[in-house]
Amino acid sequence: MKISGAQAVVEALRKEKVKVIFGIPGGVIIPLFDVLYDVKDIDVIITRHEQGAIHAADGYARSSGKPGVCLVTSGPGATNIVTGLATAYMDSVPIVALTGQVPTSLIGNDAFQEADTTGITRPITKHNFIVKDPDELVTVMKKAFYIATTGRPGPVLIDLPKDILTAEIEFNYPETIKIPGYNITTKGNPRQIKKVVEAIKKAKRPLVYAGGGVISSNASEELKQFIKKTGMPITLTLMGLGAYPGTEPEFIGMLGMHGTKTANYAVDKCDLLIAIGARFDDRVTGKLSMFAPHARFIHIDIDPASISKNVTIDIPVVGDAKEILKEINRHIDKLDIEDWIKQIEAWKKEHPLTYENDDILRPQYIIERLYELTKGDAIITTEVGQNQMWAAQFYKYTRPRQFITSGGLGTMGFGLPAAIGAQIANPDSLVVDIAGDGSIQMNIQELATIAQEDLPIKVLILNNGYLGMVRQWQEFFYNKRYSGVDLRKRSGGNQKEDKYNYIPDFVKLAEAYNAVGMRIDKKADVDGAIQEALKTKKAVIMDFIINPEENVTPMVPAGAPLHKMISSKEDAENYLLA
Amino acid sequence: MEKEYTLGVIVENKSGVLAHIAGLFSGRGFNITGLSVGETENPEYSRMTIVVRGDDKIVEQIKKQLNKFIDVIKVMDLSSVPSVHRELILIKVKATQSKRQEIFQICEVFKGKIVDISHDTLTLEVTGITDKIEALISLLKPYGIIEIARTGRVSISRGFKKGGER
Ligand SMILES: Cc1ncc(C[n+]2csc(CCOP(=O)(O)OP(=O)(O)O)c2C)c(N)n1
Ligand SMILES: [Mg+2]
Repeated sequence: MKISGAQAVVEALRKEKVKVIFGIPGGVIIPLFDVLYDVKDIDVIITRHEQGAIHAADGYARSSGKPGVCLVTSGPGATNIVTGLATAYMDSVPIVALTGQVPTSLIGNDAFQEADTTGITRPITKHNFIVKDPDELVTVMKKAFYIATTGRPGPVLIDLPKDILTAEIEFNYPETIKIPGYNITTKGNPRQIKKVVEAIKKAKRPLVYAGGGVISSNASEELKQFIKKTGMPITLTLMGLGAYPGTEPEFIGMLGMHGTKTANYAVDKCDLLIAIGARFDDRVTGKLSMFAPHARFIHIDIDPASISKNVTIDIPVVGDAKEILKEINRHIDKLDIEDWIKQIEAWKKEHPLTYENDDILRPQYIIERLYELTKGDAIITTEVGQNQMWAAQFYKYTRPRQFITSGGLGTMGFGLPAAIGAQIANPDSLVVDIAGDGSIQMNIQELATIAQEDLPIKVLILNNGYLGMVRQWQEFFYNKRYSGVDLRKRSGGNQKEDKYNYIPDFVKLAEAYNAVGMRIDKKADVDGAIQEALKTKKAVIMDFIINPEENVTPMVPAGAPLHKMISSKEDAENYLLA
Repeated sequence: MEKEYTLGVIVENKSGVLAHIAGLFSGRGFNITGLSVGETENPEYSRMTIVVRGDDKIVEQIKKQLNKFIDVIKVMDLSSVPSVHRELILIKVKATQSKRQEIFQICEVFKGKIVDISHDTLTLEVTGITDKIEALISLLKPYGIIEIARTGRVSISRGFKKGGER
């Protein structure tokens, strides 16, 4: 029996067990929305901006491990998802983005709402397709899901010209697919694994450095076994948080630019660094030539192109982290590394993450309280900047897919729509977006989607009136010349009406979107406010008026070696002089 | 150490692939000095010959990144196996009556062909390795070069096997 291209797309989505798609319609994609009108088993969530749709699909994917699907129209619809594709590409998130396109007969004519979507998105997708022959549509759908979810996952885009959606086609969904140019190595090479085991047995100061790849590979259990068996210390990247429980004694905190001193010192002193599903990003390594200067490097990764890209690897193992760890675990035992563990414990004691404990309302305190009051169980999404780093430092993540953040691209405006996706994927979980006052405004319109879908998301704004992270760099490295970072009224505002003269009034804004708004400006009120928010069934926006010039510490200046951490403008000056 | 590498790349023969690969080189700041494309024995695939400059590490990265592309079927490093390299040049030079004979001789030494002739120009067609083409250009320069068209390198491994398999 023949069906329309649009029906075939929906059938393919069913075959791929897609339960929800995020999007916004437009001219050329109406045929697909028309079919969806009668579809009951796939939920269509209409966001208020296409960027919101793709970040929501992303949050859905990161929090569930299933591919996120996003559906938008041609031209501006497609260009609006560009940032979201780049975000997902950098963090290896499986997304299938369906974009409408003008009819094949008009392509290249500068037709109304035409954009060269595949051309624009080629460098920021794992792969993309434009369907020009209706008979290819079904195979392309199959390929797209296969490519997005296998190997190193990533976003795949399918551009769908209108006439393809209206063409009549035979629906034969292939069960399996072979793509000649796409081969994934999942099983690690046994000889390499043997070398890894030998190196581990010989190490005196070994350290695991694990990243988001462990989460993509669902390898947390195997990682836990590995750590518990060997007794090795472990540090995680921003993307890796939750891959190993932050409450376990072997965890020494995040490493890198805003990592703990313990983690960065351990990298500096270790004699064997085992990187698992991590990619030696510059925010992690600091000055590359001085990264782990005494260590041999083991790198376990599914992507051969990640290996020896930045750091020359002594023992690479290409494959799926889960499979490889399973294999390694069969050959290892408790290590004799007592002196090293003692050293690490001493660093931990001497250099915990700290902040001023006084009466001032500080963001670190708020997040610590959120951690306690949510029993460490919330799914946390973040925006970008200081808020993101405090969320990484002061909430302890105990399971994979619990911490959802834009790591590689650092996309402001990610957190709120990502929370929508996470809440829809996990209807019974508590989802909190830890936000900055700047970032939240980049996709604030999605409060409407939250209201429309009755999502009980909690938004916790750490309001400093600044683009705080940039301000911090200016404080440390540009002599406090705060250029372009002040978000307050230029006139100074009306002190009577609004004592902080912050824009907008987030409490009023919450009400406008049928959510509950709260403003908290005293440390003593933090617990009460969070408890009340947690009791509320509706969405809540908590506007915390924090110390405006609070800094994220410690900090490794960009391009400095990891052990050179600073905590203040004075440190920065001394560092620059040295 | 920086040197020149010749890569043979088998890709899907469809639109967008060339742009994709060109994009990789510009996007990652790789230094590409030559590129040629044509259909292969299998009409579904095209073959590119890509000439790049860089050190071992960069070229290793290029190979890996190319392999990562789904439209790339195979990447061959033709600098590391015995291979035949060729390039073709069409070169139009000023050729007054008095100079013609000399240019004919140069063409003969280079085993080239005269493919066009006019009152005061000659167009030569020569194939060979890059060094030979460069030598030809420098010999013809004094006569006045009007126009040059070059194909870029095409390369193939020697022996029975495909793509330098050993
Ligand atoms: C889309 C985008 N634009 C600009 C930046 C650069 N940037 C990084 S952090 C930051 C400040 C964010 O301010 P806010 O959301 O208030 O967070 P804070 O650092 O104050 O917690 C900026 C502008 C970015 N990361 N993303
Ligand atoms: Mg801010």
